[in-house]
Amino acid sequence: MITDLFTQGIQMGIVLFVAPLLMGIIRKIKARLLRHRGASVFQPYYDIFRLLRKDVMMAENASWLYRVAPYIVFAAIWVAAALVPTFATGLMFSWATDFLAIVALLGTARFALALAGMDVGTSFGGIGSSREMMISSLAEPAMLMIIFTVALLAGTTQLSLIAEYISANPIGLRASLALAFIALIIVTLAENARIPVDNPTTHLELTMVHEAMILEYSGRHLALIEWAASIKLLLYLSLFGCIFIPFGMASAPASAGQYAIGIILYLAKLLLAGLFLAIGETAVAKMRVFRVAEFLGAALILGLLATILLFVSRGI
Amino acid sequence: MTALQVILTGLVLLLCLAAFSCVIRTGKAWVRLYYGLSAIISTGLLIGAVPALLFSSGHPQTMILPVGLSWVGTHFRLDALSAFFLIVVNLGGMMTSLYGIGYGVHAAQPRRILPFFAAFLCAMNLVVIADDAFTFLLSWEFMSLTSWMLVMSNHRDPETQKAGLTYFTMAAFGTLMLLFAFGILAGADGGYSFEAIRGHSLPAWGGAIILALALLGAGSKAGLFPLHIWLPLAHPAAPSHVSALMSGVMTKVAIYGFIRIVFDLVGNRIGWWGPVPILIIGAATALIGVLYALMQHDLKRLLAYHTVENIGIIFIGLGLALAFHINGLEAGAAVAMTAALLHIFNHSLFKSLLFLGSGSVLHATGERDIDHLGGLIHRMPYTAFFFLIGSVAISALPPFNGFVSEWLTFQAILASPELPQALLKFLVPAVGAVLALSAALAATCFVKAFGVTFLGRARTAQAGTARETDRFSLTAMAILAILCLLIGILPTVAVDGIGPAVHQLVSAGLPPQGDSHSALSLIPFSSEKSSYNGLIILGFLLLAGSMTAWFIHHFASRVIRRGPAWDCGTPPESAASQYTSGSFSQPIRRIFGGTVFHAREKVDMPAPGETRAAHFSVKMSDPAWAFIFTPLNNLLEKTTERLNFLQFLTIRRYLSLMFATLIILLIMVVVWR
Repeated sequence: MITDLFTQGIQMGIVLFVAPLLMGIIRKIKARLLRHRGASVFQPYYDIFRLLRKDVMMAENASWLYRVAPYIVFAAIWVAAALVPTFATGLMFSWATDFLAIVALLGTARFALALAGMDVGTSFGGIGSSREMMISSLAEPAMLMIIFTVALLAGTTQLSLIAEYISANPIGLRASLALAFIALIIVTLAENARIPVDNPTTHLELTMVHEAMILEYSGRHLALIEWAASIKLLLYLSLFGCIFIPFGMASAPASAGQYAIGIILYLAKLLLAGLFLAIGETAVAKMRVFRVAEFLGAALILGLLATILLFVSRGI
Repeated sequence: MTALQVILTGLVLLLCLAAFSCVIRTGKAWVRLYYGLSAIISTGLLIGAVPALLFSSGHPQTMILPVGLSWVGTHFRLDALSAFFLIVVNLGGMMTSLYGIGYGVHAAQPRRILPFFAAFLCAMNLVVIADDAFTFLLSWEFMSLTSWMLVMSNHRDPETQKAGLTYFTMAAFGTLMLLFAFGILAGADGGYSFEAIRGHSLPAWGGAIILALALLGAGSKAGLFPLHIWLPLAHPAAPSHVSALMSGVMTKVAIYGFIRIVFDLVGNRIGWWGPVPILIIGAATALIGVLYALMQHDLKRLLAYHTVENIGIIFIGLGLALAFHINGLEAGAAVAMTAALLHIFNHSLFKSLLFLGSGSVLHATGERDIDHLGGLIHRMPYTAFFFLIGSVAISALPPFNGFVSEWLTFQAILASPELPQALLKFLVPAVGAVLALSAALAATCFVKAFGVTFLGRARTAQAGTARETDRFSLTAMAILAILCLLIGILPTVAVDGIGPAVHQLVSAGLPPQGDSHSALSLIPFSSEKSSYNGLIILGFLLLAGSMTAWFIHHFASRVIRRGPAWDCGTPPESAASQYTSGSFSQPIRRIFGGTVFHAREKVDMPAPGETRAAHFSVKMSDPAWAFIFTPLNNLLEKTTERLNFLQFLTIRRYLSLMFATLIILLIMVVVWR
């Protein structure tokens, strides 16, 4: 019981404290690819600490919702990330929810943030919320189709069991999994406001979505939101790890050595995923906002195709 | 006294209340007394129905009154399904009555509302306990007419007049279809009691025809696309607590009619193709309903279109349940049916809550157009909070109740590769994708509805000076909001509660709930396949949130400074610079509007140097009207014009026409026999 709680605690701690580092590494790689020197990989931590120390500057007409939303966002994303198997499967609370609920928790976080964007009543907040919800209302069904695909394959919607199934059974290359993989890449880019859907570093009005929504935030509230955003990115990259390369994960209860191997492999997987993300982001240009619909529509269709393939036969 | 006698006594009391309200004066105290009595009676009916659902264990209570058709009598029956719907109806009745104690006194002409309110409640109860076709149709029509009177309470408004006409026509059409359906079910000998109908043999084509008629008849009342057109007109026209009843409860009674006919009376006489139209229409209704809702800027109309969406979701659940049931896959049927019934209950909760909230906003500001509102979270904090809970719940977000029923529907979809028919194998995943899309769009729609109404800055003076609503209204909303949360975190209680009704319909139930980890885990098939524990999620969220808050308050700066909004350095003076409902949904309109609504944007930009204002307009056409109802209307008009000459015949000709008709009918009877 105590050890179970302890490993679950480790998982919660890892997602919390590794997330900014992952963000820093991705930024560093991107900078190096562009022949900049780039900031230290620990810069996101410094940013968070600096923001935490600063006073909050808030609009006069901001309501309680505006003040509560960062905590809701942070808590919902943190809980969601804590329930995704990272270095081990079958952790203490893994049975409490399934893949569908994890995605829905991210939906709760987004709902709160989109409302907060509209709270002050500025046009930037409105444009950000409106576009964020447009993107998510196409990305979320695509994500659900991906869930359908892996759930039909593994016969369960529990992520832990999905990871165990895929690592235990030599399923080889599947057309359905390949389609789901491409769809998941698209959804990850869209949900985390990455290029080509959104640009995480810009403050240029015509191109920003996520940044416009949180434009009014400052101080500790902004720190929480930025931190939550990095956890969300870590969550999505962990999903790649746990669905497509679930190898080397410990299966709770396991020995300390297995957990250690699991953690090291998990960090390696994250690094690999981050590397690909950075390379991909450097290689493509951002697309116009209304092209995003086609981009995400492609993900939805791919996911649906993968699901239909599995409805016809579990062997495809 | 049996539960059924309790219910019937309550209904008689409701009718007495309706009669009593005709003679009372219309002072505030009397109106309050009226709604208070109606709340008490509804509570009694609710308490009477609960044990009938939980402890009936397959023994329905019946009663025959010697009134009505002479060879049929009036049959009543209380089984688990009726009891479940009685709970939905009377919980809604109770909450809207409680709300009415505060809200009802604002009515300009209470006598146009009071008698029909109680009669409407009574009629809905009668529909769900009727046990013969005659009583059922009579109660159904009684329900339609009383609700029509309520819609027409503000009859001088031309919009209300249009709504009333449309509603009246559609209600008559729906009842007509059901009349035919029962005609076929009863057979040539006219055995109208449901007991006799279950025993009849149907002709081979009977199942298909009855399914189609039930979809048309009950579907037009429930709001299936494209028969939903009356709903967004009529629901907003009624006073808000009545809108809540019509949207939250009456549509459910219509679904009851559908379930009773298709799952109970027709029974196993529907072929494997039966679920196909239900699933297709359900999916189309869900998607188009939410897209319509996104395009609205009238709060109550938006909510009414959302009812259309949710009806679609419920019908998807029913279609899946029928598909599993026909193929003998009872575990899947139980999950799908549980999902549908739970969503019926959930929707009645949060839709009532949202309509009551919109009623408070309407009373406080006199505005239904959300583009004239804004910033109400400061002026009406409690209403805003409850409306927010309703919005989160209807957007299917954890840890609230809407998520549980949609999660169950998705679980049923994931079980459907077991279905043997190839058509269903292709159809069900597509339906799943549509369901996912409409759920995500619903969240967008409620960010818009809540954000534009309650957040931001006040767009008009009325919105800036609004005042919080009264205590009774707030109590009603608070109870509904708490129920939304409770069912979200304790779904097993609700699922166990509706178990008997599910068992009655598909003769199977969910496996025993709870697993080795927790007794509160919701388990549709087995804990290896999927489970959901709302309480743990809520606990986790609260823990993570409070840890974060504790950390922030100890280690971070605690200072909050207030200043003008930053907005990239150019804070706008005018509240008109905020996003409105139209601008919020513009991206969605760009994506879907062109194909679904034929949306055309027109920008009239003056040339440089010209001083006139720029104009922007959007034209949209409603596909249901454009492709079905307007052509139908035109056809009707042309036909009546052609037949107009019949009005000016001589008496001789009229007599010969009548004679000819008689002869033709007699010939038909001879041939038929």
